[in-house]
Amino acid sequence: MSATGIGASVRRKEDLRFITGRGQYTDDVNRPGQGYAFFVRSPHAHANIRKIDSNAAAKMPGVLAILTGDDIAADKVGGLICGWMIHSKDGSPMKAGAHPALAQGKVRYVGDHVAVVIAESLAEARDAAEKVEVDYEVLPAVVDMNAATKKGAPVIHDVADNNTVYNWHLGDKAATDAAFAKAKHVTKLDIVNNRLVPNPMETRAAVGDYEPGTESFTLYTTSQNPHVARLVISAFIGVAPENKLRVIAPDVGGGFGSKIFIYAEEVVCVWAAKKVGRPVKWTADRTEAFLCDAHGRDHLTHAELAIDESGRITGLRVHTLANLGAYLSTFSSSVPTYLYAPLLSGQYDIPAIYAEVDGIYTNTAPVDAYRGAGRPEATYVVERLVEVAARETHVDPAKFRQKNFITKFPHQTPVIMAYDAGNYDASLQKAMEMADYKNIGKRKAESERHGKLRGIGISAYIEACGIAPSAAVGSLGAGVGLWESAEVRVNPIGTVEILTGSHSHGQGHETTFAQLVSDRLGIPLDAVSIVHGDTDKVQMGMGTYGSRSGAVGMSAIVKALEKIEAKAKKVAGFCMEASEKDIEFKDGKFTVRGTDKSMDFGAVALQAYIAHKFNGQELEPGLKESAFWDPTNFTFPAGVHICEVEIDPETGITHIERWSAVDDFGNVINPMIVEGQVHGGIAQGIGQAMCENAVYDAKGQLVTASFMDYCMPRADDLPSYQVGMTQTPCPSNPLGIKGCGEAGAIAAPPALINAITDALGTENVPMPATPQAVWRLAQKSITRKAAQ
Amino acid sequence: MYAFNYSRAETGRKAVNLISKNEDAKFLAGGQTLLPTMKQRLASPGALIDLSGAADLKGIEMKGRNLVIGAMTRHFDVATSELVKEKIPALADLAGMIGDPAVRNRGTMGGSVANNDPAADYPSACLALNATIITNKRKIPADEFFTGLFETALEEGELITKISFPVPNKAAYEKFRNPASRYAIVGVFVAKKGKDVRVAVTGAGSNGVFRPSNFEAALTAKFHVKSLEGVSAKAEGLNSDIHADAAYRAHLIGVMARRAVAKANAK
Repeated sequence: MSATGIGASVRRKEDLRFITGRGQYTDDVNRPGQGYAFFVRSPHAHANIRKIDSNAAAKMPGVLAILTGDDIAADKVGGLICGWMIHSKDGSPMKAGAHPALAQGKVRYVGDHVAVVIAESLAEARDAAEKVEVDYEVLPAVVDMNAATKKGAPVIHDVADNNTVYNWHLGDKAATDAAFAKAKHVTKLDIVNNRLVPNPMETRAAVGDYEPGTESFTLYTTSQNPHVARLVISAFIGVAPENKLRVIAPDVGGGFGSKIFIYAEEVVCVWAAKKVGRPVKWTADRTEAFLCDAHGRDHLTHAELAIDESGRITGLRVHTLANLGAYLSTFSSSVPTYLYAPLLSGQYDIPAIYAEVDGIYTNTAPVDAYRGAGRPEATYVVERLVEVAARETHVDPAKFRQKNFITKFPHQTPVIMAYDAGNYDASLQKAMEMADYKNIGKRKAESERHGKLRGIGISAYIEACGIAPSAAVGSLGAGVGLWESAEVRVNPIGTVEILTGSHSHGQGHETTFAQLVSDRLGIPLDAVSIVHGDTDKVQMGMGTYGSRSGAVGMSAIVKALEKIEAKAKKVAGFCMEASEKDIEFKDGKFTVRGTDKSMDFGAVALQAYIAHKFNGQELEPGLKESAFWDPTNFTFPAGVHICEVEIDPETGITHIERWSAVDDFGNVINPMIVEGQVHGGIAQGIGQAMCENAVYDAKGQLVTASFMDYCMPRADDLPSYQVGMTQTPCPSNPLGIKGCGEAGAIAAPPALINAITDALGTENVPMPATPQAVWRLAQKSITRKAAQ
Repeated sequence: MYAFNYSRAETGRKAVNLISKNEDAKFLAGGQTLLPTMKQRLASPGALIDLSGAADLKGIEMKGRNLVIGAMTRHFDVATSELVKEKIPALADLAGMIGDPAVRNRGTMGGSVANNDPAADYPSACLALNATIITNKRKIPADEFFTGLFETALEEGELITKISFPVPNKAAYEKFRNPASRYAIVGVFVAKKGKDVRVAVTGAGSNGVFRPSNFEAALTAKFHVKSLEGVSAKAEGLNSDIHADAAYRAHLIGVMARRAVAKANAK
């Protein structure tokens, strides 16, 4: 292993500019003559718009334009789309209501975009926006999923009866019912997967620009996938054809999924740039981020697990209500269906599974993918059920899991997925050792002596990452293929630019991707630059989400590098007067086999461009190759996290004493970055389990619309993590990579909740397990113990 | 934020002069509440009179048996002052628990006390330590100063110049933080001076900071944790929100009071 190659914990190349304030984010982009957009948003969760009067507002100082849904309609700007078709049990397509970029006649959640004011300054735009008079006919709102599907509930979209987008299912109902009929024991659990607000550090922003000379648009935006944004804005929304629309996603300060989607504000900025004749800039403030970024999770689930007399799981039955909010966001329909139910087998050999999922409209912000997207929800269901089943059948939760682990690979689950490789028991054993699982009884007794309650919780998670392959996702309803592209441009002096369709918004691609190239070409890390986030530079790409950039994006780079090597060997052959078959490439040197003749990579690159040593008809000059990679399967990272807590029953405060994480990500490029991803993921998982909760009141007002009430985890809420690894390389990509971006967020919530319920001796505690909720249960637990 | 006029006063007297000429003006102390509120357009004073340059409003000194702290003294200065740590360590302790380092480096004692946020920390210290709030016009006992939610005895244009704290024999502050905002859900300040025991609760009362008489009576008999056995706060009249309902707050008052007494006695 070289000091900068695959497997080395190289320091992140991008961090110098980030931590010295030299990053260039969308809000740092300023175009000459730009106007500033401020959106008039609905204060009501559900209302008809009778009239918008912007006459007074239009006369305010600095106002350039005030645009409404009528202007959108007049210009035939298409609505926002949901790009994944889901069919209900009865075969009918999902009921997708229209989602105009500016409201047309009706608003459906607090924050819904009603009009935009564009002015010379942001303050002037805001002042004028206050003068836009919107005459609302307020309608009853519904935020609760059970209420939304009842007869007589407010109708959010006319196309969706009972506010139901779909009644979807997966698995074999008859086989599952049969398993339950024969079961020795059935564990039942009602599970709430709480609604989260993504809260990346950088809020969304957009700058739309129009060049009348070439009739071309540029959109600078905070996107995890600029090419998909261009495709949607061009093909569906119709602002401009693709060749006249450039989308640039410069440095992006976190996304967690919320920046995958194509939102109204970005569309409005690019459309308005031409209409107003000025570049148009918008940056969300934190309140707008709370109200309008697509939220995450929000499931209500009833789940049952069938167990036979030997303690083996024989069946799993799940019914989930998934809140999709007021409109279908870009990938929202897929999250509680194909990104969720296919993971319900967990790490276990479960012969029969049947899942039903009802997608529900409510008068709340749209809900879409958030770190893990469907997989945390599935893991939470499985790992809570398994834990409770073990306790109910008086089996140690670790042993219960071991008994039911899948041990032979490949393994076909009853819910689509074919797991390719893994060693689940190895991760469990290692995690138990790190957690000193065997001595937990002593530590519990010690805590009890001090009036505290101690508990331990296991989470054995699996996820499907490297979201792909195209044919597979296409058959499940995806509107796009999920491959990745790469282009390798070798410069004449042997430096290299890698153009990738992946996008980094914190993951460190500029480092890890360069490590791969440095390793393969034998050139220094600094000789490699990673180019991403600009549709004029990178031809096409699918972006970064679902832990796909390593497994899919880097595989595309490997494929392109192989082509580079093949071409370079030809060049070297001409230069050293040898057959290309006799050229060996190792450690950055091309050598004629069996001789001492060699050329280094830079010399070959130079000769490729000088092209004196060969005839242009025999070999094309230059050294540049591209490749697309479409894998044959998802990847299946898995692992075991064990959490140990101590609860102060007097206050309900839960202190995380110990966190032992063992993950199998297959091969690892940069262990330090991987560990960082695990830390961040666990932090978000702990956030969900203990702190975060998006709460709407009955009228549809977001009660937790600021950090005063929305509890983000802070450093002192989090423990120091012990992170370990096991490795089974992924067989379906050339690097053996599985993906690590979401694992922590998937693994953490059930580990923590299992630990808290263990400490309290209760079956369930709803997330987030706040001090108040834990205190109430602790009082009951103490009363119960006293009664015994 | 709406546009506003800004002026800077070099002394307390000049600040009072400036505000008397402008009905629509507000004093700007540390700005840790006022500025965010203005940014959100929830407050729109026509003018701000910045007190940060008024040196006469800053400083910490002993006057007789009282610790006197200038209104523009920052939380950081109180938290780290050797004099405060020696004379009323509980007050330094409290100041170190306010907000985060950024807030403590800007926020001031006078600003906090004048704002009387029902979840702020200083009002409980003022009340429990029987402080006197000194303004440009008069001296107001803490018991008469805090009159309701964000309400004080201050009149239009009246400026807090300093706060005088009688040095207690024993005192301590315990706070249960709101998990999101880290403001006090319940903060309890206990102080013993001679035979007099005072207890003040912040964060919990629906009318702001208050003194629970049953706790004071129990502790006056004997300043010991055991005195509080069986003494509890009533949920009635306490705040309820998504983080803590009134019953939980009532329970926490008991817990924080016992812990504060234990802490005060440990010193």
